Amino acid sequence: MENNLLLTYLLLIPLVGALLLLSFSKEKESSIRYFGLIFSLASFVLSLVIYFKFDPMNAGFQFTQKFIWVEKLNVSYFVGVDGLSLVLVLLTTFLTPLTLLSSWKGIQKNVKEFTFFMLMLEVGMLGVFVSLDLFLFYIFWEAMLIPMYFIIGIWGGPKRIYASVKFFIYTMFGSLLMLVAIIWLAVYASGPLGVFSTNLLDLYQVGPTIAKQIQYLMFAAFAFSFAIKVPLFPLHTWLPDAHVEAPTAGSVILAGVLLKMGTYGLIRFCLPLFPQAAIAFAPYISTLAIIGIIYGALVAMVQTDMKKLVAYSSVSHLGFVVLGIFAMTQQSMQGAIIQMVNHGLSTGALFLLVGIVYERTHSREISDYGGIAKVVPLFSVAFMIASLSSIGLPGLNGFIGEFLILIGSFKSEVLNSWWFTVFAASGVIFAAVYMLWMYQRVVFGEYHLSEKLGHLTDLNTREMIVLIPIFVFIVWIGVYPGTFLKLTDAVSASIIHQVTTASSVLVK
Amino acid sequence: MIQLIYLTVLLPLAGFLINGIFGSKIKNEKIIGWIGSGTIGLSFLIVIAAFFETLAFPVEQRQHIVTLFNWLSVGSLNVSIAYQVDQLSLTMALIVTGVGFIIHVYSIGYMHGDKGFWRFFAYLNLFIFAMMNLILADNFVLLFLGWEGVGLCSYLLIGFWYDRKFEKSTTSDAAKKAFIVNRIGDFGFLLGMFLIFLTFNSLNFNEVFTRANALNISTTVYSFIAIFLFIGATGKSAQIPLFVWLPDAMAGPTPVSALIHAATMVTAGVYMVARCSIIFASAPAIMTVVAVIGLVTALFAATIGLVQNDIKKVLAYSTVSQLGYMFLAMGVGAFSAGIFHVMTHAFFKALLFLGAGSVIHGMHDQQDIQKYGGLKKYMPTTYKTFLVAAIAISGIPPLAGFFSKDEILWSAYANAGFIYWFIGVITALLTAFYMFRLVNLTFEGKHRFDVHHIHPHESPSLMTIPLIVLAVLSVLGGFIGIPEIFSGEHGNNFHSWLAPIFSNAQIRLAQYGSHTHFEEILLMVLSVVGAAGSIFFARYVYLKNQKVAEHTASKFKGIYKILFNKYYIDEAYDKAIVQPIFKTSESLLWKITDVKLIDGLVNGTASLIELVSGKVRKIQTGVAQTYAVVMMLGIVAALFWIIYSL
Repeated sequence: MENNLLLTYLLLIPLVGALLLLSFSKEKESSIRYFGLIFSLASFVLSLVIYFKFDPMNAGFQFTQKFIWVEKLNVSYFVGVDGLSLVLVLLTTFLTPLTLLSSWKGIQKNVKEFTFFMLMLEVGMLGVFVSLDLFLFYIFWEAMLIPMYFIIGIWGGPKRIYASVKFFIYTMFGSLLMLVAIIWLAVYASGPLGVFSTNLLDLYQVGPTIAKQIQYLMFAAFAFSFAIKVPLFPLHTWLPDAHVEAPTAGSVILAGVLLKMGTYGLIRFCLPLFPQAAIAFAPYISTLAIIGIIYGALVAMVQTDMKKLVAYSSVSHLGFVVLGIFAMTQQSMQGAIIQMVNHGLSTGALFLLVGIVYERTHSREISDYGGIAKVVPLFSVAFMIASLSSIGLPGLNGFIGEFLILIGSFKSEVLNSWWFTVFAASGVIFAAVYMLWMYQRVVFGEYHLSEKLGHLTDLNTREMIVLIPIFVFIVWIGVYPGTFLKLTDAVSASIIHQVTTASSVLVK
Repeated sequence: MIQLIYLTVLLPLAGFLINGIFGSKIKNEKIIGWIGSGTIGLSFLIVIAAFFETLAFPVEQRQHIVTLFNWLSVGSLNVSIAYQVDQLSLTMALIVTGVGFIIHVYSIGYMHGDKGFWRFFAYLNLFIFAMMNLILADNFVLLFLGWEGVGLCSYLLIGFWYDRKFEKSTTSDAAKKAFIVNRIGDFGFLLGMFLIFLTFNSLNFNEVFTRANALNISTTVYSFIAIFLFIGATGKSAQIPLFVWLPDAMAGPTPVSALIHAATMVTAGVYMVARCSIIFASAPAIMTVVAVIGLVTALFAATIGLVQNDIKKVLAYSTVSQLGYMFLAMGVGAFSAGIFHVMTHAFFKALLFLGAGSVIHGMHDQQDIQKYGGLKKYMPTTYKTFLVAAIAISGIPPLAGFFSKDEILWSAYANAGFIYWFIGVITALLTAFYMFRLVNLTFEGKHRFDVHHIHPHESPSLMTIPLIVLAVLSVLGGFIGIPEIFSGEHGNNFHSWLAPIFSNAQIRLAQYGSHTHFEEILLMVLSVVGAAGSIFFARYVYLKNQKVAEHTASKFKGIYKILFNKYYIDEAYDKAIVQPIFKTSESLLWKITDVKLIDGLVNGTASLIELVSGKVRKIQTGVAQTYAVVMMLGIVAALFWIIYSL
């Protein structure tokens, strides 16, 4: 059981792909693109194999593999997945080939480097989700920053340097606090365990025994780092800049997967490692989450740049996820996890669509467009579906997540107040306002397109191939969410159980 | 056929998919139109079959649940895609598919030549799909799916001609407004659902209502649930304070106004309240709120209807007003009377809108009644059917509107008091007046348009046959609900059919009819005489002595202006709510908090560090790789330091 190689293969495929790419000559752009696509597709296929072999009834980690890496520090290469990480692994391997395919035309310079960084990014992201050793986790967490930094910094827009440095400094600042906390935790573990340990499973036993005041500090250090990544209000201002400047593929991955690393971290580490602190902090963090929901939506409403609007909408959507996590009920937790996927799909699709018009016209200003439904009907339909998914129309994926989060937080004993849900639910009104208003201004009305923009053409086959799989899942999750909810059932119950029992034992 | 009820949901969905995906390739209007109408026609036949099958069951076995699959199952939350076939849902389904089919057929003629023909039928079918989910759902979540789904279709269809001008902006502004105002209502509905789940630990109708009937739960909780749900209803059914979207919804093609904004979707709120009758009956204070809101909306909208000049606007305010009656019925506990009015209103209001569509069609898209006149000789069928509908809505016996409206007024008197009845009757008089103002200005008198340029013509038979069918229904539809005092021992058929649905609520309301038949007949005569007088007055004012109207308008200029501008409600909402939110978001939240405050802090910290580290700047190469390497070295060094110092 301790030696299942599947996850290691999953990490190796994009890594090997990236390394092999280095041997390609720079001019062979087309073969480089296909090569990258094939390797990312291969990881998707492998993750599907893992999905089919996965036992959803089992709340523990599966496909684990472990060997001692740094003996002196008792650091292991230790990987495994449970329902939570599997869902995010699938999201990552699903989105990566699509983003590569979406960059066929948008990325024209340094294709080789771009593909290399995208594959390395995939390694980093997958590593974050499968690591069961805090040290290993931290390495992936940091390593993944580097390709993202370059993707924004090299292929980004005019203010890319400012954006990438801001992104780097913001997240680095958070990471350092987390590093300190990891080391402290490992040192503390050597008390009860008799040995310095960064093994997550060991720490799950040790964490809840930490004295309350110190737990608070530890929790704060971890949560701060994750909150920047989410991003939680008021730590969100790196996001709009990073999104606006990043190339389409970067935005899709950033919104689709990177932000989820923050919420993933909250569930995987903050809750079970520091249960007492998590419960004590829950109302405060939920308050920030709600401010984020409303604030993000209101600021999104007044944006003039489509990409910035979608970026601010992410702040709002992720607020829902954080609320769901800290409400700590079965519904809200599963809702939060499915909402991470939903946001990846709907916001991913929105960024792709904005990218598609940008490629043609080089403008993202809403006021440059009007009534384009006449010229680009397919695009308009796709944009409509993505918008409706984003505003949580029942029958599509967004509703499932939001509904579960709201209904779960309404009856949450940890939060113990209706007000969280009442305020959060008002977000559904604002979401309709900013999305439909943008949609209306761009797609409906009388046709006009700024002269400087040239002309628009409708979606081509490649773009349809990128979008259709996303739409399939948008509808699938909306109509038959059971396929996905069953993956997160056991793990959500187990995490909530871990938190509540550990904290109640200590209280007694 | 009961077991096949899901086909009435899936057939419209299939129609939507076929026309939506292949419509632009099919091109042939006949094929597209008959695919769209045929799916609804088939659904109608299935509903009829299910109706007779249900009728064959004994009264206590008339509820059937058809489950398709488990939709959402998390913890104790468990909802399915499941359809509940019972007296209430069948009644609604008959209206929706029946009137829906008629309007689909009419649309083949009305939309002829429109380049979005296929798109129109796709949306229309999608609407029926959502509406059927709404009324057949066996749980709140599926109902909500339909609830938001019809809102989406309404949005798509109001903005159908998305590049056309509408009033000060475009049709898509009206569409957006409709969706957003509805979402405000949905917010209330969601909270209602959450509180239901918290209270009853279920969202299935049967479980919730059984528990509501059996458990002893405080009135406060019921009041909260009821008021939240009612907020949802005011959005969907255009009641005060959320009615503002419906008049603007007239920007859509006229068949849409008939189907969605008159006959079916807007009655969803009434249906939902009726479905949850036990909850409302357990919250007496909220029942009063419902009745008062309904009554005030009915009167308020009718006064606006008096002075509007756009034929569809008059009908829109009339719809708001009639919906007010339905809520009055709900609020005074006359649930089946309210549903009865939903049905008769669907007949005559759909007829009025389709008639208006026929006029607009024949008058080259002119909608201003000041530019009509004397049209009855050009479009006799439209005239006759429109007249029937106008008589029906005015409450003249024995047409459909008389029976349903009179029953509501009587219940208001019997259960709530004289003042409810009185305001209701005043509204009825106003209704009769503005309807006949419309009839007279449109069809009677001299023409006020340029006969050299406009050649009014009767519509094709695809449009007039639906008018005739609806006219027949508007005449005869009331007879299925003849009140007890006329029908004797048989009682009111419509009531006894729906009675089992509302029996628990009625018990809880515990109303005892202590009024005499004499009172009932007296009030009935009063309202009929009043309405008839109103009709003749309108005839006098608009045909015999036009000066009276002009004179009154100029004498009460202030009031006229207020009514004409719809009490300035839109402007007030804009100034008091919309603008402040926008301005605050833009300046305080975005440009101050985000850009100045938070970013200022971040950038400030960065420059502070830069200032302090001015001396050691040489190390800072500005190359991120170097940073990364240095950072990793630092981490490793820190680790070693910690390990060896242990």
